[in-house]
Amino acid sequence: MSELTLRPMHAAVMVGRCVRLSRRNVDALLTSLLLPVILMLLFVFLFGGAIDTGSAYVTYVVPGVLLLCAGFGAAGTAVSVTTDLTNGMIERLRTMDVGATSILAGHVVASVARNTVSTVLVLGVAVAIGFRPAVAPLRWLAAAGVLLLFLLAVSWLSAAFGLLARTPEAANGYTFLVMFLPYPSSAFVPVETMPGWLRGFAEHQPVTPVIESLRGLLLDTPVGTAPTRAAAWCLALLALAVLLSALLFPRRVA
Amino acid sequence: MVHGPPAVELVDLRKSFGEHVVLDGLSLRVPTGGVHALLGQNGAGKTTTVRILATLTRPDSGTARVAGHDVVRERRRVRRTISLAGQHAALDDGQTGVENLTMLARLTGLRAPAARARAAALLDRFDLADAAGRQVVTYSGGMRRRLDLAASLVGAPSVIFLDEPTTGLDPRSRQALWEVIGELSGAGVTVLLTTQYLEEADRLADQIMVLHGGGLVAEGTAADLKRRFGAQRLELTWRDAAGLAEAARRLGARVTHREPARLALSVATDGSAPQVRSLLDEVDPDRHGVVRFTVREATLDDVFFTLTDRPASAAREVAGV
Repeated sequence: MSELTLRPMHAAVMVGRCVRLSRRNVDALLTSLLLPVILMLLFVFLFGGAIDTGSAYVTYVVPGVLLLCAGFGAAGTAVSVTTDLTNGMIERLRTMDVGATSILAGHVVASVARNTVSTVLVLGVAVAIGFRPAVAPLRWLAAAGVLLLFLLAVSWLSAAFGLLARTPEAANGYTFLVMFLPYPSSAFVPVETMPGWLRGFAEHQPVTPVIESLRGLLLDTPVGTAPTRAAAWCLALLALAVLLSALLFPRRVA
Repeated sequence: MVHGPPAVELVDLRKSFGEHVVLDGLSLRVPTGGVHALLGQNGAGKTTTVRILATLTRPDSGTARVAGHDVVRERRRVRRTISLAGQHAALDDGQTGVENLTMLARLTGLRAPAARARAAALLDRFDLADAAGRQVVTYSGGMRRRLDLAASLVGAPSVIFLDEPTTGLDPRSRQALWEVIGELSGAGVTVLLTTQYLEEADRLADQIMVLHGGGLVAEGTAADLKRRFGAQRLELTWRDAAGLAEAARRLGARVTHREPARLALSVATDGSAPQVRSLLDEVDPDRHGVVRFTVREATLDDVFFTLTDRPASAAREVAGV
C-alpha cells in the first residue's frame, strides 16, 4: 500500500498547489464566498420575518449558514479531485511516487483553508446585520474547533466523492447531498415545527449536533451533549471518508 | 558502450481487462540509449504496455523490467528511473509554466531554490522562457506539449516513455516536438515512444517495434523492416472488378496490398524487367486485364499493412518472431 503513504514534503507541496489553484479559480472562489452570504441575507430578510424561533432570526440562523457555506466550499473539492483524475495529473504524480494520501491531503487542506476564509466573511456580514455572539473567547475557540472538524470531515468526504465520480460534472452532483443536509436539520427552522418522520431524521443526522454546538457556544447558552455528539459524528464521517478513499483510489487508478 | 541491464525488458507480458485481452504474451527488449518506437494501431496494446512500464497498471502475468528493476516488486526504484508523458498534457491550467515545473521539481525532493533553478533551466531549454509567468490555460497546444515534456524531465529520468507525443498537434508543432525528442536522446536518455504514425517512427526511432494484437510482430530499424517486408512492390491496376478478382484468386497469399476502390493490387517484386514481365504474363495471360503498372518503393506503411492486415498469429509467423 505504498501508494497510500503520506510524506510530509509531498503533502506540503500538494497543499501549496491546491491553495494556489483555489486562489486562481476566481469564479469558484466567488461562488463559495458569495453564495452563503446571499443565502444568509435571503433567509434573514426574506423568510426571517415569518419564522418564529423565539429570538432574532439572524441569531438563530448564522450557525446553519456557516454549515451551508462548508457544503458549498466542499463541492469544489470533489470537482478538483475528479479533474486531477481525468486530466492525467494523478498519473503523473503517481509515476513520481507521490502517494494518494498526499494528493488528497492537498485538496482537503486547501478546502478547509478556503472554507475558513468564507466562514470569517459570513460571520463578518452576520455581525453587520445584527448577529451578536456572546463574548466568551474559550467558547469561541471550542466553536471554531467543532467547525474545523466538520469542515475536515465534509472536505475529505467530498474528496472521496471525487474519486467515485467519472467526470467533474458528476462530481459536482454528488456534493448536492452534502449541501442539502443542513436543510432538514435545526439550521433554518426549529425541528419541533417539522412533521414527525422528518423530525426524527433531523434530530439524528450529523448536521444537527454541529449546529446546536455552534449555536450554544457562540451565544453562551447550555450545549448539553451536543459538542460530544458533533465530534463523534465528524470523526466517524472522517474515518469513513478516509477508508472510502483508501478503497477507491487503487480501484480508480488501476 | 552498452553495459548493464537493458532499458526495458518484457517477458511474456499478459494483461486483460475483463474478457478483453490487450497484451497476449508480449516479449521485447529495448537497449539503453536512443529512441525506440512502439508502432501499432489503436488497440494494439501500446498504451497498456507503457502504463505497465510506468508502474500505473499491473500486468496479469509475465515480467516487466526497467533498467533491471521489476515494475511490480521494485516499483519505487522504477519510479525514480522513469518518467511518462501521456496522451494528455498533465499540467495545472491554473498554475503558470514555472509554477508547474517548480512544483514537480520539489516533489522529486529538491529544495525550493534548487527547484526554481531547475524549472527555469528547463523552460529555457524548451523555448518557453517568455511564457514562464503565464498560466498554462493561455498556452497553445504545442506549448503545452513542450511544457509537458519539460515536466517529464524534471526528475532527470534515465528512461522516458512518451505515449503518442504528437497526437493532435499541427504539423509545425509536431516538427518542433520531433526536434526536442531528438535532443532528449542526445542527452543520453532512453526514449520509448508509442505512435500510430509511421512517418514519426521512421523519422525518430533508431529501432521500431511493431505491435499487433497484443504481441510483437516485427522489430528492427526502419530500413531493416522495409527490406524484410516488401522492398519494392508492383502495383497493378485492372480494367474491371472481375479481372481484379480473378488476379487476386490466382495470386492468393502473394497479394501484399489491395485497393479495390482503385481496382488495384500489389505483389512483391525486385523491380527487374524479367521478373515484372513474368509476373504480368502470369496474372494477365490474355494481355488485356492490366491497364497500368507501377513499381513502388516500400514505405513503412507497406511494412505496417503487410504485418497488421492479418491476424496476430499469422503476422508473427511472417515476421518470424
